Amino acid sequence: MKAVSVEEAVAMIPAGASVMVGGFMGVGTPERLLDEVVRQNKTGLTLISNDAATPGKGVGKLFDQALVSRLTATHIGLNPKAQQQMLANQIAVDLVPQGTFVERIRAGGCGLGGVLTPTGVGTLVAEGKRQIEVDGKPFLLETALRAQFALVHAFLADYLGNLAYALTSRNFNPVMAMAADTVIVTAEHIVPVGVIAPDHVVTPAPLVDYLITNG
Amino acid sequence: MDPQIVIARRVAKELKSGNLVNLGIGIPTLVANYVPSDLKVFFQSENGLIGTGPIPEQGMAHPTLTDAGGRPISALPGACVFDSAMSFGLIRGGHVDVTVLGGLQVDAQGHLANWMIPGKMVPGMGGAMDLVSGAKRVIIAMQHAAKGKSKIVAKCSLPLTSARPVHLVVTDLAVIGFPEGKATLLETAPGISVGEVLALTEAELAIPDHVPDMRL
Repeated sequence: MKAVSVEEAVAMIPAGASVMVGGFMGVGTPERLLDEVVRQNKTGLTLISNDAATPGKGVGKLFDQALVSRLTATHIGLNPKAQQQMLANQIAVDLVPQGTFVERIRAGGCGLGGVLTPTGVGTLVAEGKRQIEVDGKPFLLETALRAQFALVHAFLADYLGNLAYALTSRNFNPVMAMAADTVIVTAEHIVPVGVIAPDHVVTPAPLVDYLITNG
Repeated sequence: MDPQIVIARRVAKELKSGNLVNLGIGIPTLVANYVPSDLKVFFQSENGLIGTGPIPEQGMAHPTLTDAGGRPISALPGACVFDSAMSFGLIRGGHVDVTVLGGLQVDAQGHLANWMIPGKMVPGMGGAMDLVSGAKRVIIAMQHAAKGKSKIVAKCSLPLTSARPVHLVVTDLAVIGFPEGKATLLETAPGISVGEVLALTEAELAIPDHVPDMRL
């Protein structure tokens, strides 16, 4: 793990990159990283995020500046700007059931080619996908999902990069921290090694490439 | 009584002590208000919490404690948190005893459509498809009709949420179940006749000899 400034970290992300962003309706989202992505005007992003949050909040800021060209998400109904950009064909949107979304990312981070899920069988979600029977039950083959970058927000990070999360701000963060080539983390508090007890570490330090420094 | 309250109170009667329950947004959220205090029910919020409590008092909200709509909530003693993979493992894996969801249409076989209106409303399915596919019992809480048009239809014209049928539909007029895969009128709301239910129901309904009043 390397400690870097938010400017340095975001400078590593090229325009057009694929980026996973943790958070659920803007809760548990690395806001400082997103503010810097907006400031450095990183356009044409492929965004993988549970939702589009709301304008001005979380990944909603990326839609305010029209920085997203492709989106994989589960629900964008609470962000009218993301909706407008989708309906105007400015963004290609892939809507995925939430349990499938997280399992695809988990598969991507765990070296699996994909998962078999009953969710979506017999619906629009099944179109173009392989259906596989196991013990007489139908499942959809849903392929793994990875990104070049994961932008993760933790409650605590220690000097090595071990992470712990707070309440519902955990959500997709630990799963995404496994599924990207480069993992960049912001934390509410950076604490000495040992403050997070081994039992309470959720994301192990070796998964974290860059920790954003305070100030 | 307000139609939404009729629905919420009737659905609350379906919950049993020890149940793990997931409530959708809208009318389903109201159900928690009518669960008797001596009934120990665990409410899950799919963004990663079991043990959701009421909206916090003024000034007590915390940005890391929210429901699936991003609104502030509280956590009850004994609450626990987990990531989204665990949360949907609970849902899809059959560990959630009951889910209560809103609906746009339910058809005569119990199929639900509740996630999109093509060309008009395409918000995404969020967790709905996993909940209907995986929860042990799926209860739909919705108005019986919208603008005079029945939401209990012969066949869903809107895209389905799941190929798996729901178990129970509770509306402001009736309770409908699907014994042997056939829509059946189980109860009528107070002051509502069987004829009034039928007049606002597009799907063919089986009518038992005795249809009791809704238990509230």
